[in-house]
Amino acid sequence: MTTLAPHLAGTGTLLRFALRRDRAMIPIWVGVNALMILSMPNTLKGLYGTAAERADLMRQLTTNSSLRALVGPAFDDSLGALTAWRVGVYAGALAAVTSLLIVVRHTRDEEESGRQELIASGMVGRRASLTSALLTAAVANAALALLVTAGLAGQGAVGALAFGLGLAAVGMLFATMAAIVAQLTESARLARGLTSAVLGAAFVLRAAGDSATDDGSSVLTWLSPLGWLENLRAFAGERWWVLLLFAAAIVVQGAVAYELAGRRDVGMSFLPTLPGPAAGRLGTAGALAWRLQRGSVLGWGIGFFLAGVVYGGMTEGAAELVGDNERAREIFERMGGQSGITDAFLASMVGMLGLIAALYIVASVLRLHGEETSGRAEPVLAGAVGRLRWAVGHLVIAFGGAALIMLLAAVGFAVGYGKDLGPLVAAALVQLPAVWVVGGLAVLLYGVAPRLAPAAWGAAGAVLLIGWIGPALDVPQTVLDISPFGHLPKLPGGEMEWGPVLVLVALAAVLVTGGLAALRRRDMTT
Amino acid sequence: MTKAITVSGLHKSFGRTHALDGLDLEVEAGEVHGFLGPNGAGKSTAIRVLLGLLRADSGAAQILGRDPWKDAVEVHRRIAYVPGDVTLWRNLSGGEVIDLLGRLRGGLDARRRAELVERFELDPTKKGRTYSKGNRQKVALVAAFASDVDLLILDEPTSGLDPLMEEVFQRCVREERERGRTVLLSSHILSEVEELCDRVSIIRKGRTVETGSLADLRHLTRTSVTAELAGAPNGLADLPGVHDLDVQGRRVRLQVDTDRLDAVLRSLGESGVRSLTSTPPTLEELFLRHYQDETAEVAAR
Repeated sequence: MTTLAPHLAGTGTLLRFALRRDRAMIPIWVGVNALMILSMPNTLKGLYGTAAERADLMRQLTTNSSLRALVGPAFDDSLGALTAWRVGVYAGALAAVTSLLIVVRHTRDEEESGRQELIASGMVGRRASLTSALLTAAVANAALALLVTAGLAGQGAVGALAFGLGLAAVGMLFATMAAIVAQLTESARLARGLTSAVLGAAFVLRAAGDSATDDGSSVLTWLSPLGWLENLRAFAGERWWVLLLFAAAIVVQGAVAYELAGRRDVGMSFLPTLPGPAAGRLGTAGALAWRLQRGSVLGWGIGFFLAGVVYGGMTEGAAELVGDNERAREIFERMGGQSGITDAFLASMVGMLGLIAALYIVASVLRLHGEETSGRAEPVLAGAVGRLRWAVGHLVIAFGGAALIMLLAAVGFAVGYGKDLGPLVAAALVQLPAVWVVGGLAVLLYGVAPRLAPAAWGAAGAVLLIGWIGPALDVPQTVLDISPFGHLPKLPGGEMEWGPVLVLVALAAVLVTGGLAALRRRDMTT
Repeated sequence: MTKAITVSGLHKSFGRTHALDGLDLEVEAGEVHGFLGPNGAGKSTAIRVLLGLLRADSGAAQILGRDPWKDAVEVHRRIAYVPGDVTLWRNLSGGEVIDLLGRLRGGLDARRRAELVERFELDPTKKGRTYSKGNRQKVALVAAFASDVDLLILDEPTSGLDPLMEEVFQRCVREERERGRTVLLSSHILSEVEELCDRVSIIRKGRTVETGSLADLRHLTRTSVTAELAGAPNGLADLPGVHDLDVQGRRVRLQVDTDRLDAVLRSLGESGVRSLTSTPPTLEELFLRHYQDETAEVAAR
């Protein structure tokens, strides 16, 4: 075996370069994750302030399998342990997403764009790019571990350290996983999709295992890295050896990635790209838009349907638990409906999917921006296609697709819950005006100031943050009112109010019209 | 003769950069018009204004008798455009893109499409992301040449093509002219321009500095003359238009403005000519004169 050193030449330079490129992305992802985790002890103190309330929660957790499927089992009733319980799965998933995005961005993305050739022609070793990508992910995960350890030290330094390391380990596990997948696929989009699918499978395995047992001992749980994280038992008699399991998996996956990388040419992949038809049937800008976006609409649709089935299936059990806790019920009522805890739970879950649909619509609207800046819009617009028609082709998919995925979510809920298809469809569709307002904002930004168009992600993120953790944090109503979702009637269970719904639809129409009018008048950029 | 493109006094700035600074351009219907200028002279900006992708700040532009901004869609039905750097959709095959672009224009001649795919040796089943630069370029070229249009706008269309394909490209352009179509060809490949273009316009810093047929332009430059004479040369230095005169005994070397060549030859004839070589200005010299002015100015700054 030859030594590795010459293959790593230039890694330091590439690492600095990668960190420079990610100077905004890493702090934001890591910062949001840390904020979510570190705000949790306070929230939980409000929810389960007394020892009796906490004991009650623990008792519920042993009997309520739906709740365990949602967030996993708790191993102790201290605030630290409850924090690890409440956010562990989600913070771990977020760390995993951060890591896989970083790794794919600095490996397959670079190769696909052809930039890698330019880099590799310099004094750069054959493994330097992969190594620097993994090191960049390591920096992000180390920062998260540090923030979490320091921030939760007040709940117990040892537990905080274990939790921080566990999160970083989940991140690195998915970083090395992404490194393998990036060798297999030729497109970065597919590499991200496949690694995310693995993450989704890990979530489902853990949920299934945890709903079966109340101590995380199920084989299914142990098959999932997210299950390992909960079995680390931070703040509850840490099992340090679980970290060795992580380490072993990271080393093995890393070795596989390096081995695969050594067996292929730059820009090539193990999964070949199949040839396409020699003649095409696409004939309009609208058909092209559908062709470009149909895969993602399909993916979102399946995801929303499955989420509906899963959450619909948990409804009875979760409502039972919430019903026992005065404060939680209050929160659910603020998030969701007024009458009937089951309805309130359903309303808040449908509402949550509505918030996530805002991400879909932003991604879909910004396809316009991507087509324009990549230069692919130019040959289309140089054809007999007006700008409006070109833009509307994509917007129909953005706005109609949002309706479609919400509808699929409603069907999923009805399947999981076993009844109430009509009211659930109504509840899902009533989210649309707010989703459309977010989409309209993206259209306006894109039309007026294309360079600022990605700021639409900020709007979607803010709406998500306000809707998700706002009610639990006692945020004043004026802040909650900024989000269009705050004005929607709470269905099912609540009263249908047409006023705000129609106002939001009108607002969305105004935003879209304004954006399109501006697009017609401005220069196209490349 | 009708004009395919008329542009006069076109201005376009991006912030503080004046990309177009009073550009004039006239392209006759049925001609192949070369559009030349150093990098950053504003060629692509002008083309993007003509395509209605950019809106001119001031000045007038007409393309096929219409306004490129207001009547973009109708105009584009009769135009095929090939950019210098073609980006394709990664998961669409080359064949799909050709057919799509054709349908977005006035339509596609299926027989010509098949013939062009053959001639350019393009594999239309490959996906966009797997094409090399030259092959991406071919996809756009096949789509343009097979489209049923009146005007082709080609912006450095042959970048990345090998010499054989360059040959195919030139033949295609000639066929287009024979079929009565108009071609606006922006290019840096001078042999290509010399071979194909009826007239050329040279632009610099967003302004047209020279326009006309190649023969016209040649008149504006100098011919180099080397002669061995029977007797001593006389009076050459006094002739107007003579430059860089170098007399060594009976050998004479000089440069002369091409429209003054006649007087020089008469003067040489008087001394008796043993041998004579006269080299007409190459297109390179023509361009270098315009390109170099700029480099000299940049160097002087």
